[in-house]
Amino acid sequence: MAQVSKKEVNQHLVVDPITRIEGHLRIEVDIKNGKVSDAWSSGTLWRGIEPILQGRDIRDGGLLAQRICGVCTYSHYEGNTMATEVALGIRPPTNARLIRNLINATQFMHDHITHFYALHSLDWADVAGALKADPQKAADLAYEFSKTPYNVSVSHYKEVKEKLEKFVASGQLGPFTNAYLGNPLYKMPPEADLIMISHYLDALHTQVILAQMQAIYGAKNPHPQSLVIGGISSVMDMLDANRLAEFQFKLDSVKKFIDNAYLPDIDMLTHFYKDEFVKGWGIGNYNFLSYGGFPETNDWEAKYRYLPQGVVYEGNLNIFDPVVDEKSITETVAHSWYEGPKVGLYPGIEETIPQYTGLNADNTVKKDGKYSWIKAPRYKRKVMEVGPLARWVIGYATNHKDMRKRLDEFLKKHNANFEQMYSTVGRTAARALETAYICDGAYIFIKDLVANLKQGDESTWTRFEFPKEETNACVALVEAPRGSLGHFVTIKGKTIKHYQVVVPSTWNASPRDEIGQKGAYEASLTNLPVPNPDEPLEIIRTIHSFDPCLACAVHLINTDSGKLREFKIEV
Amino acid sequence: MNDKIDYESLLEEVDKRLEEGCSKEQEQLFYSKLKDAGFSRRDFLKWTSMITAALTLPPIFEPRVAKAVAAIAQRPTVIWLHFAECTGCTESFLRTINPSIEQVIFDTINLAFHDTLMMASGKRAEEALESAIEKYNGKYILVVEGGIPTKDDGIYLRIGANAETGLHRLKRISKGAKYILNFGTCSSFGGVQAAYPNPTGAKGVHDILGCEVVNVSGCPPNAVNMIGTVVHILLFDRVPPLDLSYRPIWAYGGRIHDNCERRAHFDAGEFVQEWGDEGAKKGWCLYKMGCKGPLTYNNCPRYRFNQGTNWPVGAGHGCIGCSEPDFWDTMAPFEEPNDKAGIRIPAFGGVEATSDAIGELVTGITIGAVGVHAAGAIIRSKAEKKKKEEEENNKNDQNKSDSEQK
Repeated sequence: MAQVSKKEVNQHLVVDPITRIEGHLRIEVDIKNGKVSDAWSSGTLWRGIEPILQGRDIRDGGLLAQRICGVCTYSHYEGNTMATEVALGIRPPTNARLIRNLINATQFMHDHITHFYALHSLDWADVAGALKADPQKAADLAYEFSKTPYNVSVSHYKEVKEKLEKFVASGQLGPFTNAYLGNPLYKMPPEADLIMISHYLDALHTQVILAQMQAIYGAKNPHPQSLVIGGISSVMDMLDANRLAEFQFKLDSVKKFIDNAYLPDIDMLTHFYKDEFVKGWGIGNYNFLSYGGFPETNDWEAKYRYLPQGVVYEGNLNIFDPVVDEKSITETVAHSWYEGPKVGLYPGIEETIPQYTGLNADNTVKKDGKYSWIKAPRYKRKVMEVGPLARWVIGYATNHKDMRKRLDEFLKKHNANFEQMYSTVGRTAARALETAYICDGAYIFIKDLVANLKQGDESTWTRFEFPKEETNACVALVEAPRGSLGHFVTIKGKTIKHYQVVVPSTWNASPRDEIGQKGAYEASLTNLPVPNPDEPLEIIRTIHSFDPCLACAVHLINTDSGKLREFKIEV
Repeated sequence: MNDKIDYESLLEEVDKRLEEGCSKEQEQLFYSKLKDAGFSRRDFLKWTSMITAALTLPPIFEPRVAKAVAAIAQRPTVIWLHFAECTGCTESFLRTINPSIEQVIFDTINLAFHDTLMMASGKRAEEALESAIEKYNGKYILVVEGGIPTKDDGIYLRIGANAETGLHRLKRISKGAKYILNFGTCSSFGGVQAAYPNPTGAKGVHDILGCEVVNVSGCPPNAVNMIGTVVHILLFDRVPPLDLSYRPIWAYGGRIHDNCERRAHFDAGEFVQEWGDEGAKKGWCLYKMGCKGPLTYNNCPRYRFNQGTNWPVGAGHGCIGCSEPDFWDTMAPFEEPNDKAGIRIPAFGGVEATSDAIGELVTGITIGAVGVHAAGAIIRSKAEKKKKEEEENNKNDQNKSDSEQK
């Protein structure tokens, strides 16, 4: 055990706001002997999107559901549209499926790259370190991790360093104000810091290109506007060869960035943080869930998706379900600010009423009571982690050829075994591997689209009729960049009767359930070191590795009556 | 649309400000940063003429805009707060500023607090915010993103270790602000969480504070409108002329329908009838697919999104009116024509077919245009009433749906 220094006191720490995420999140931890002994995750915003959706025209649903989140801006649009299509019993034609996959591919690449560089990389790379770096050594180091490093030259690194120096000297630090500069939990040498920060600047450019790519077929980004129930509206863009050329040209430049900057940076990070690249560092439960994304067939069969479907239990690749049964999804409100029975219920049947019980007098969460606007979803009553790591664990378990090859190569390079992926570093690496995999997928979708157009098929839309009778609760299970996303809809005529969404960050950021099982964030923090409670870098690093997206996580799950009930606040 | 603008006195005003407010040091710093970012002065001047035109100022202002952007010594500090929102506006903003001339401008402005970009979390982040409020008291630009939940004293949003409600936070931090800029429809008018039945009582900033604000609405707003507003403040040190909904007239003065690239097809009576049909492939008018261009005031047709890559009508989807107050309720359903504007569809071959019809038709459209703009402000007060009607309409809808289908 480490010596208990002055700072390593036992204390309760509140981290709010968690910055560099989407939305409003609070993390509270108990610290004992400089390590996290227990943690609570609390969503602090509730917007009530589902009751707003109910009663609206089904054709408006996608655009409204999309506003759940401006980051996974395409995912909810697609989720709503697909769920409605399931309810109507229709599927869009081949062209529409492929255009949607292309838009979704830009969404994944954009999200992963922006998340890692803009929101996560500064948890690993120290600005103070970069200021001490030797540009010549940095250039040499870059060649150790890539044969063709991105934007590498001594003069460029010098320029970046000078930029940083000027910036720090100006005193107007902006977003860097009060950053954890020089914190001992930063473990890379100064040259590696400089390389990663120079790519941070390059990534800002790459994300603009990716947003443009999304706009080519999606009208704009954020909040694309070219999906309609039954297909897509951007038929003119689809038939325009110039548009396709523009898309492909930009895709080439993105691929260069992924291969020569992102992947080498992850290798570098894994190399220097190898002490943390161990099983269990930043992982609390070992169950992983993926619904599968990017349908490869027009009937959206779960077996044929570019990202695979499945469930892995207890970190054991042999305890594996190849198919997700949506009826096994339950949600519990035992520790969430809603009224309801103690046991978890299927989202389709539960009725949920807000019940805000407030905080303790010192503004900390009520540990044993209700403490979050986020509910606790469970699969077969078990806590699940969703997201890139989950998808790659499942890809590995299903012996997915391409995914397994990429992951094995990565492990071999670092002389690591598969179990080490169960860590904060592993989660971060899985995201990078996935970005490269999706990028290659985009080329496949383009090839398929061109082949289909060449056959003379120009259709982009499937006609449908509004159902006279009320439908059952229909569900679309898809993958958003941060994990598994389920939209549940019931419709009658032109109207949405019931609406529910169970989103990735609800899975990961969930509070405890009725039997006290901690959510993925909560469990992942246990035993992480916090030498200085003022700078909880290790906590932030692990929470960020999940890519939290709180606007998505927090909303009311179901209102059967279509009206929100008045409720009392018990503060 | 307003009284004639007196450009001469505007010029005088700007020249005076530039004379007093510029510093050589600042100008040198700006140009060196511009060079670092890989832009020449020529690039900058091109950008200046674009933004001057966007601000609907005559070319004589171009060198003055350049001077103001580069050399004004008192750079405004920006504090950017998030409330009930989806971060789409920040995302839209990030797509603009990196890496570009806008980036250089923001490099020379102090962005003191922004949750999505802050490196520090928790206590350290809160300290940064508090010290900025104190240090720049009375001088900072407060950028607000997101609606503010007000029901039950605002408990639906609590931020920071003291669990301050969003409502309290807005009231507290807006006190020291020199300007309040609402980026996006949520902070302007309440936005998506304020749509019926508005479960959290979400409101826009003006509805809570009642003071002067600039509403840069849109879901999300395009980048030119956000940057242009900041440039206007650098140039004049006051808010731009606003319309009845507190939106800058230079950005929201023109109607989408009037500037739409597909307008000729409207006049010719050429309409998309269903998604993916021949008309859709040829880029015909989307009015019959529910386009709300005739009801919406914004400059999207001119500037588009993502560096001019595309925009909804370009991608074959109707406009949904996302920069208008309460558009989720007043513009819905989005895929059905909304004839509140009194729009008459040119029939039987359109305006080109019979000259006799033209007089009547054009009058109809003009009245529609004027009527709608005036209606913009009224729509808000009517929204409550509409919401009640809506419930009834929903019931009727089911009956209608049968008869409307073809």
